[in-house]
Amino acid sequence: MSKSSTLWSDAIYRLSRNKAAMFGAFILFILIICAALAPWIAPYSYSFQNLEIGASPPSAQHLLGTDVLGRDLLSRILYGARISLLVGFVATGVALIIGVTWGIIAGYVGGKVDSVMMRIVDVLYGLPFIIFIILLMVIFGRNLWLLFGAIGAVEWLTMARIVRGQVIGLKNQEFVLAAKAMGVSNISMFRKHLLPNILGPIAVYATLTIPQVMLLEGFLSFLGLGIQPPMSSWGTLIKDGVESMEEYSWLLIYPGLTFTITLFALNFFGDGLRDALDPKTTDN
Amino acid sequence: MLSIFLKRVLLAIPVLLAVASLTFFLVKLAPGGPFDADKAVSPQVLKNLNEAYNLDASQWEQYVDYMGGIIRGDFGPSFRYPGRSVSEMIATGLPVTFELAFYSILIALLIGITSGVLAALKRNTYLDFIPMAIAMIGICVPTFLMGPLLVLIFGINLELLPVSGWGQLPGDKILPSITLGFAYAAYIARLSRGGMLEVLNQDFIRTARAKGLTEKNVVIKHAMQGGLIPVVSFLGPAIAGLLAGSFVVETIFQIPGLGRFYVEAAFNRDYTMILGTTIFFSAMIVFFNLLSDLAAMWLNPRSRDA
Repeated sequence: MSKSSTLWSDAIYRLSRNKAAMFGAFILFILIICAALAPWIAPYSYSFQNLEIGASPPSAQHLLGTDVLGRDLLSRILYGARISLLVGFVATGVALIIGVTWGIIAGYVGGKVDSVMMRIVDVLYGLPFIIFIILLMVIFGRNLWLLFGAIGAVEWLTMARIVRGQVIGLKNQEFVLAAKAMGVSNISMFRKHLLPNILGPIAVYATLTIPQVMLLEGFLSFLGLGIQPPMSSWGTLIKDGVESMEEYSWLLIYPGLTFTITLFALNFFGDGLRDALDPKTTDN
Repeated sequence: MLSIFLKRVLLAIPVLLAVASLTFFLVKLAPGGPFDADKAVSPQVLKNLNEAYNLDASQWEQYVDYMGGIIRGDFGPSFRYPGRSVSEMIATGLPVTFELAFYSILIALLIGITSGVLAALKRNTYLDFIPMAIAMIGICVPTFLMGPLLVLIFGINLELLPVSGWGQLPGDKILPSITLGFAYAAYIARLSRGGMLEVLNQDFIRTARAKGLTEKNVVIKHAMQGGLIPVVSFLGPAIAGLLAGSFVVETIFQIPGLGRFYVEAAFNRDYTMILGTTIFFSAMIVFFNLLSDLAAMWLNPRSRDA
């Protein structure tokens, strides 16, 4: 156990020296706090309408202005953060569970099982998944949990490939062979011996999957096929902003800015984490 | 290499068959009949409709009929637009979407490769940092935000370019193509930078330089062939992404392409249209993936001989 804790403390040290990554982490931290505390810190309810003022530019009462129905934009962005981040984390979690299980089994069992499992991944890679998500949303209705599951079910493929590669590298090492010789069951082999050793790449890839997932959700919500009113994510806010951007450009700009900054933060943090955990595989 | 190619083609056929079957039965699972309109239809009319659209046959017969139709290029009638067939709608929308995708990929390759190669050659100078910072923006600003922002700036505030349409006003193809191409330019810039950096450190480049080739020749003839393989393998998935992006771009700019038809069909619950286009998109994407893998294999001498 001491070896792995050295790896992690090393990584944390390297990460803390990476300014872009720390900045990303800081922004994410603030965002998560804001999203969690939205009901208490939002100045208004996300559905509170003030039709008398309608769409008004940013002012002291409404820091980021109001939308066409007089709803406070700042509050709506804060509540939207809950949905957008929730989709990001839950769908990534779904992708993680499927991808890691698939990759560990394929890599550890090897042989025919491996080649069939990875061939399935190859085939799925080549299919237009966004179209299938849209198809599912049309057929089964636009349900939040279905959306989580559908997006997660799409994003697990790369995770499975990464995990499989790692497991193949590990499975012939002495400690795994020793554990096998001692009669460790498959389940505890996965949990106690393989998983802890591949946590690094998994953490990195998971961090980089979150922005992908959020983009996908934004994409679907923008088309009107994702999150449905009265719930709102950043994708739906951007969609609403586009509809009235000619007169009320702030309705597009502030949600768009929030979304972009979040994606930046996640990408910087993910890149930094990768560099920190595995200094060999920087992308330059 | 030929045998790998044949294997891939042979694998593509059952995959497409599976996709088509799965989509067919998924659509059949959809709640409600296609003619559950707002106003009630008399039973006789409904019966005639079902007969006309072959919905009174058993599921299995419908499936066999449909699959037979696909092979002949017939995706059946549209449920929402009476008298129009899905194949007709694909035929009208496809050229527009292809044109849009073509311009976008052209922009993406031109900007992406130029800036990526330059960045690799001038590593750690401002010619490296600035394009890579812009590329990061391209990756983080989603198409559905980029498009409206470009419209707001160049269409509405500066009044330089038309804000919508396709082929009706001069210059109305510029903004959609840039919107769709920008994100891919960013990816391609990063990929070609990475690929070039890897190749530029290799011995054969040192040899080429040592034997006195001009830097231009070293870069274009020797380094780029290997350095751009990642870009070529990326093109297949990129085309899949471009098709998805066309949903958004065609919606924003009101372009009558296949992507917009698909989104409309999704809203109208035009099941035959959804079914037909899904199968069609899948076939196209499988085809382009095959093509880009082949090109990448051909470019890489090691896998060419295999």
